[in-house]
Amino acid sequence: MTSLPSPRRRLRIGPGTILLAALAVYVIAILWSGNTQFLRPGNILGMLTRAVALGITAVGQTIVILCASIDLSVAALISASAVLASVVMGGSTTMIVPAILAVLLLGMVVGLVNGLVITRLRVNPLIATLGMAMVIQGILSAVVSNFAGEVPRSFRSFDSGTVLGLPVSLIFLGLVAAGASAILNWTRFGSNIYAVGGNIDAARLAGIRTDRVIIAAHLLCSLCASVTGLYLAARLGSGAPWIGRDGMYDLESIAVAVIGGTVLAGGRGGIWGTMAGVAIFAMIDSLFNVLGVDAFAKQVLRGGIIVAAVAAYAIGSRRLVA
Amino acid sequence: MTLRTTTAMAVALAVLALPATAQNFDDPTEFAEQEAQLAATPIGPEGAPWEQYLEDSMVDTAQYAAGEGPHTVCFSNAGVNNPWRVVGWTNMQAEVALHPEIGELIHVDAEGSDDKQIGDINDLVASGNCDVLIVSPNTTAALTPAVEAACEVLPVIVFDRGVNTDCPVTFIHPVGGYGFGIQGARFIAENVEEGANVLMLRILPGVDVLETRYSAGRRILDEAGLNVVGAEFTDGDNAKTKSIVEDYLQRGSIDAVWMDAGATAVAAIEAFEDNGYDVPVFVGEDQQDFLQKWQELGLTAIAPTYPTYQWRTPIIAAARILAGEPVPGPEWVLPQPAITAENLDQYVNPDMPPLHYAMCGCEELPGYPEAWGGQASN
Amino acid sequence: MTDAALPRPRRLSRLLRVNPIWLVLLILIGAIVALNPDFTEPQGYMNFLRRAAPLCILAAGQVFVLTSGGFDLSVGSTITLTVVGASMLLYNNEAATWWVILAMLGAGGVIGLVNGLVVALLRVPSLIATLGTMITVSGIGLMWSGGAPRGYLTDGFRAAGRFMWRDVPVIGLLPAALLVLIGGGAVLWWLMHGTNYGRLLHAVGDNPEAARLAGVPVARVRVLAFVVSSLSAVVAGILLGGFSGVSLDVGTGYELQAITAAVLGGTQLLGGRGAVGAALGGALTLTAIFTLLNFLGLPQPVREVVQGLILISAVALAVCRRDA
Repeated sequence: MTSLPSPRRRLRIGPGTILLAALAVYVIAILWSGNTQFLRPGNILGMLTRAVALGITAVGQTIVILCASIDLSVAALISASAVLASVVMGGSTTMIVPAILAVLLLGMVVGLVNGLVITRLRVNPLIATLGMAMVIQGILSAVVSNFAGEVPRSFRSFDSGTVLGLPVSLIFLGLVAAGASAILNWTRFGSNIYAVGGNIDAARLAGIRTDRVIIAAHLLCSLCASVTGLYLAARLGSGAPWIGRDGMYDLESIAVAVIGGTVLAGGRGGIWGTMAGVAIFAMIDSLFNVLGVDAFAKQVLRGGIIVAAVAAYAIGSRRLVA
Repeated sequence: MTLRTTTAMAVALAVLALPATAQNFDDPTEFAEQEAQLAATPIGPEGAPWEQYLEDSMVDTAQYAAGEGPHTVCFSNAGVNNPWRVVGWTNMQAEVALHPEIGELIHVDAEGSDDKQIGDINDLVASGNCDVLIVSPNTTAALTPAVEAACEVLPVIVFDRGVNTDCPVTFIHPVGGYGFGIQGARFIAENVEEGANVLMLRILPGVDVLETRYSAGRRILDEAGLNVVGAEFTDGDNAKTKSIVEDYLQRGSIDAVWMDAGATAVAAIEAFEDNGYDVPVFVGEDQQDFLQKWQELGLTAIAPTYPTYQWRTPIIAAARILAGEPVPGPEWVLPQPAITAENLDQYVNPDMPPLHYAMCGCEELPGYPEAWGGQASN
Repeated sequence: MTDAALPRPRRLSRLLRVNPIWLVLLILIGAIVALNPDFTEPQGYMNFLRRAAPLCILAAGQVFVLTSGGFDLSVGSTITLTVVGASMLLYNNEAATWWVILAMLGAGGVIGLVNGLVVALLRVPSLIATLGTMITVSGIGLMWSGGAPRGYLTDGFRAAGRFMWRDVPVIGLLPAALLVLIGGGAVLWWLMHGTNYGRLLHAVGDNPEAARLAGVPVARVRVLAFVVSSLSAVVAGILLGGFSGVSLDVGTGYELQAITAAVLGGTQLLGGRGAVGAALGGALTLTAIFTLLNFLGLPQPVREVVQGLILISAVALAVCRRDA
C-alpha cells in the first residue's frame, strides 16, 4: 500500500496527458460540428467561468484527499454559506464584510467539527462528513425553504466583474489554486499533508502531529466550500438551500480531484492536476451543449468518462485498491 | 460539542432568516385573481386551449419580424428531470415539426441547476445562432439577471415559471398554483360533511408553484370547517407516500385526501386498498395511472391540472414573433381545466404510460402516441 | 472490562458481546408502541416489516462489499433500473412475469460484474468505480424510459412486495415480503457465515496483500462481493416496485441508507468485519427510527439532522467498543 515507485512503470499517464487528450477531442468535435465561434477567447473564458464554483470546492477537496480523508459535507456547506451570506447582506453594501466574516466563521466551525470527529472520535471520514452534511442540510432546510435574502449589486461583481478583460471569478480561482499549491509544495504543513496521506503511522513516528494536520486540512476544505457559497450567492443574487446539492459539488469535486491524478488513498496528487480535472469537466459540459447531447445520454457518458479517466492512471500500476 | 455548535448555528440562522423570507405564498390578491381566471371564458380558437388566453391584452412584435425563414429557435430548459417536463418537452418538439419556418430548435438542458442555466443562457446569447430565445427558468430570482441580459440582444419568451422582470416579450403560463389548489379543495368541501378528516399530501417545501397550491387548498379547507389531520411531505416518493398514509390510517379515519401533485396518487390509493379501507374522496392530477384507477374503482375524485400543453405555446409564440404578428402579453395566461367525473372517459387511455399527463393537448400532434411512450392503438 | 477472572464480569462481558443494535431496536420499538399502541396489531408490525424488507436485503448485500473493504454506491440506481426496466418489459403482460424477474437478476449480475472487474482488474477505487456505475446506470434507466415510467408492473410481479395473506393463524397477517426477507436473509447469512467464501472475504477485507500471498484469489472474491450486492439490489427493487409501483426515483438515497444500516449493525468500513444478521438489525433500526420520527410528526429536515447525528454516534460508539 505504500507509494514505493514500482520498478515496472512503463506507461505512466498523468493529468497533463488526459487534459491534452480532452483538449484535442474538444477542438476536433467543435471543428467537425462547425461551431467555430466556441473557439473564440470569449467563449473559452465563458466556458471556464462556469467551472469556478466546482474549482474552488475541488481545491479544498484535494487537500483533504491528499491526507487520506474525504469531505462529503461540502455541498451542504455551500448552500448554508450562500444562504447565510445573502441573508446577512440583505441587499446592503455595508453588510458585505460582516457577511463574509460570518460565512468564513461558519466554514471554520464546520471544518473544525469534521476534523475533530474524524481524529478524536476516530469516525471514518466518509461517515463523519456524510453525517455533517445531513445535519447542516437538515438545519438549513428547517430554517429556510427558498431563496432567502439578497446580495447587493456591488457584491455581484465577484461573479460578473472583469479585470483587464479577465473575469474576476476566474482570477480568484487562479489565486486560490496558486495559494493552495504554494502551501502544499513549499511549507512544512504541505509536506506533512503528503506524509500523513502516504503513511499515517510513519508520519506519526516521524513526530508529525497527524491529528492537527488532518484538522487543518478539513478547516481549509470547509473554508473553500464556504467561499464557493459566497461566489454562488454573488452569481445567483441570493442563496437557496438546494444550490449545493443540485450542483452535486460533493461528488463532482471528488471526481475532478481523482481525474486530476490525486489518489483517493492519499499522499499523491496535487492542485494543478485537479485544475486540469476541472477544465476537463468544463470542456465535457460545453461539448455536450454544442453537440446537443440529450441530458440522459450525457449522464451515461459522464459516468463512463470518470471511470475511464481513473482507470487510465492505473495502467502499469500494480497496487491493490478497494 | 457538535450538538451545541449546530444548535447555535440553527438559532443564528433562524433569527437572521425570519425577516428575510419575504416571498409570500399566501397572497389574497393573487388568490382572488386566479379564482376569477378559473371562471373566465378564454379568448381564442375553441378546442385548442394552448392558443387561448384569459387576459385580453396583446403585445406588438413588428420590431422582431425576421423575414423568411428558416429561423433558429433556442431553448434554455431548466431540465427534463420529471415526467411532467418529459411530456412537455415532447410536446414542444412535436409543435416545432408543425412549423416549417422554424429550421432548428437548439435545446440546452440545465439539469436542474441555476448555476448551469445562467451559463447556458449566456452561451446561447453569445453563440449568435439564435433568432429567438425561449426560457423555462429553474427558479425565478436567480435567472432574472441572465434573462435581462438576453432581452437586450434578442426577443425572449419565458414560460412555466416567471422571472422578476417584464423585459421578455411575453410570459406564458396557465392560471397557476392558487387555481390548482382551489379546484381540488373546493371539490372536497362539496363532497364531504363539515368536520370531516382531510389528509394533505405535499411533495416538498419551498417550491413556489407547490406552495401556492397548498396555501390556496388549505385556506378553502379551513374555511369550509374541515379538519386537516395532517400536511405531510412525501418527496414525491411512492413508497414514502404509501407508508405515510398507512400510518395515518392506523391512527384514525380519513374522509378525503388532497394532494399538491398526482404522481404518487395511486400509491396513496393503494394504502387504502391494501389495508382493507374504502378509498375516500380524492384529489389527484391528470396522470394516466390515477385516471385509470379512478375509472376502475369508480372513485369520487377530481384531477386539477397544470396543463403540459403550455409547452406548445412558446413555439407558437416564437413563430408569431418572428413573423411580426402580435401575441398575447405581457402575460399569456392559458386556461387551466380540471378533469371531472363528467369528462373522465375522454382522457383515460390505457395505451399511454402511467405518468403520461392526459391534459397534454398532444393527441393530434405528429408522432403521437409513440413519441410520448404510448402504444399505437390497434 | 477484560478482567475475566471473576464470574460476574464474565456474564457482563458476554452480555456486552451481544450486538447493541438489538437493544437499540428494542428500545425504539418500545417507544413506537408507547406512542401508538395499535403498532402491536398485526396491521401495525406487519406493515413495518413489509416496509423494512427492501432495506434489510439491500443492507445485507452491501455488507459483502463493505467487508471486502469497498463501497457500493450503485445499488440505488440498480433498484431504479430494476423497477423501470421491469415495467417496460412487462407492460401489463402477466405471462412475462417470471422471465422478466430473471432478466432483471441477470442485469443486476452484469452491473455487479462490471463493478467488480473495474475495481479488481482496472484498479479503480470502488468509491469512484461505483459512483461511475451509479451515474451510468441511472442514465441508462432514463434513456431507456425516455425520462418517465413507460410501462405498468403486473400484479404477479408486484405480489412479492405488496401481497399479504389475511386471516393467517396466530400472526393474523403475513406479507409476502416477509417471506422474501427471511429467505434472502438466510441465503446471505449462510454465504457469509457458513461457507468458505465468507472466510476468504473477511481475509481479503482485513489485509488484501496478506490474503493474496496466502493464495486467496483476491480478484474473484471481490468480484463476487459486488455481484452479491447488485443482486440484492435487484431483489430490493422487486420488493420496492411491488410495494409502491413504478417511479423513476424509487432507488434514490438507498445507497446511503444501506451503508448506514450496515454501519449501525457494526460493519467496519474499509473492510475486515461484517455480519449479515447485525446488518438486518441495523436496517430494522433505521426503519424504526424513520417510523418513530413519522409518529412524532417531526418535519423532514429534523429527521435528516437526527439521521446524521445517529450515523456519527453509531460509528463513534463502535470505535469505542472495539478499543474497550
